[in-house]
Amino acid sequence: MSQIFFKEFNSFLNSLIGYLVMGVFLIVMGLLMWVFKDTSVLDYGYADLSTLFSFGPYVLIFLVPAITMRSFSEERKLGTLELLMTKPLTELDIVLGKFLASFALVIISLLPTLVYYFTLYSLGNPEGNIDTPGVIGSFIGMILLGGVFCSIGMLASSITPNQIVSFIIAAFFCYVFYMGWDSVALLISDGESSLVVRQLGILYHYESMSKGLIDSRDLIYFLSLGGLMLVSTKTVLSSRSW
Amino acid sequence: MSIKVSNLTKVYGQQKAVDGVSFSVNEGEIVGFLGPNGAGKSTTMKIITGFIPPTGGMVEVAGENVVDNPISVKRNIGYLPEHNPLYLDMYVHEYLNFTAGLYGLNAASRKSRVLEMVRLCGLTAEQNKRIVTLSKGYRQRVGLAQALIHNPKVLVLDEPTSGLDPNQLIEIRRLIKTVSKDKTVLFSTHILQEVEALCDRVVVINEGKIVADDRLINLLQGAANYLVVEFADNVVKQDLMQIEGVEHVRQLENFRFQITATQGKDIRPIIVTWAVQKNLSLIELKLEESSLESVFSQLTSMEEKSIS
Repeated sequence: MSQIFFKEFNSFLNSLIGYLVMGVFLIVMGLLMWVFKDTSVLDYGYADLSTLFSFGPYVLIFLVPAITMRSFSEERKLGTLELLMTKPLTELDIVLGKFLASFALVIISLLPTLVYYFTLYSLGNPEGNIDTPGVIGSFIGMILLGGVFCSIGMLASSITPNQIVSFIIAAFFCYVFYMGWDSVALLISDGESSLVVRQLGILYHYESMSKGLIDSRDLIYFLSLGGLMLVSTKTVLSSRSW
Repeated sequence: MSIKVSNLTKVYGQQKAVDGVSFSVNEGEIVGFLGPNGAGKSTTMKIITGFIPPTGGMVEVAGENVVDNPISVKRNIGYLPEHNPLYLDMYVHEYLNFTAGLYGLNAASRKSRVLEMVRLCGLTAEQNKRIVTLSKGYRQRVGLAQALIHNPKVLVLDEPTSGLDPNQLIEIRRLIKTVSKDKTVLFSTHILQEVEALCDRVVVINEGKIVADDRLINLLQGAANYLVVEFADNVVKQDLMQIEGVEHVRQLENFRFQITATQGKDIRPIIVTWAVQKNLSLIELKLEESSLESVFSQLTSMEEKSIS
């Protein structure tokens, strides 16, 4: 598994993709946080990172599928998947190695935004007037969300040899899982079943974590959704239905 | 270490790609796997190497079932897939090192194996290049190097020489010959000289079924030899049929015929005597020994044969 991980991770760093993803994410977040009038913290008046944590997932909806789209699609198209699958590796090794490489790239892209915390910490009035537990919760939430997006991307990539199709499917399902269930919930008048539907979506759990309370139910949600996607990916690979 | 395939079947939708194939490759043997395109060679090899699961039947490599123990079977096999897929954006060294790592070699032995493979496969001049910049012949060497990196006991090579120019062909063939000394090798091809150059035994497959499995010499002996004769004068097929020992006559051109003699009989003197008696000028008399080509086309085009 570690062999696959390092190979994939190196290929991100040896190609433009890795730097592009990190660069675009940080540029977009930087502009939204500090430059654009509508969303800038400087004009907002409160020292909080809500801009980062509410817009970040939307940027990730596009960037994560761009990272993951090639992982299986390209290998299938080039035939190199046959090389991997005839090596003494289990399908799970291959899936996990590739998943962790994408996930690592996402985490590395997110890490520099920690600087924003320290900036706002000193901008607060009085200094340090910032909801630290909320930031920690949100940050962990965003990392978990990135992981779930990666796992969705893995599944999308495993079902098609076409990278563009893989990107579109992954972006669509990232959106559906992030926002879609909430939108569906709004259509349901019955309060209780509406809540159940909301809880299917990532947003509900992400918002709950951003309050600074790390609830095991939210963690279980993220882990099981990610796990489900990865197991499905493994099943697709094992079936070799191509 | 041997490969044993018994009653292997693979069905894609409605189509039977491999249909009840059984054969075995004994330890230390080089076996050529022959067949026209689409006969099921690649499918069989993909099943042997554990890439695709069989629909029915069983494959054993060194006594272990591919479906039950995929990991340990894969550890024993070096495989060069058809079209030789490679990670084109990797460097030769990087790629071989990665492959060695997949086989679980430790860092020290990985380094020495990579160097050994580079030397053995003649990649010394190209070892620091990216695979994408290599020519087809060198890519093929890289493909072979990755198949050999863990010193496997069984080699499965799917069309290792397809698309190479004649010089590269000879080099790759020599390379296969060198590395396969102490290995069990199954390789597929549709280049027949290659089989003659490399193999002990041939397995011929057509439309998913084994049509021949024999030593090369036996296959060649079994096929009928025929004569080609040409006369300057008017001769008709019926006249030739009268000659003793002639079994079958086919008109090639006006006065040119292909004669099949009764098994094991040399009828050349009889034909010469016959021509003299009839006062005909015989301008060509040639014995065509059955080549692997003719055996191959006989075996793989049964319906054509029955028409002629």
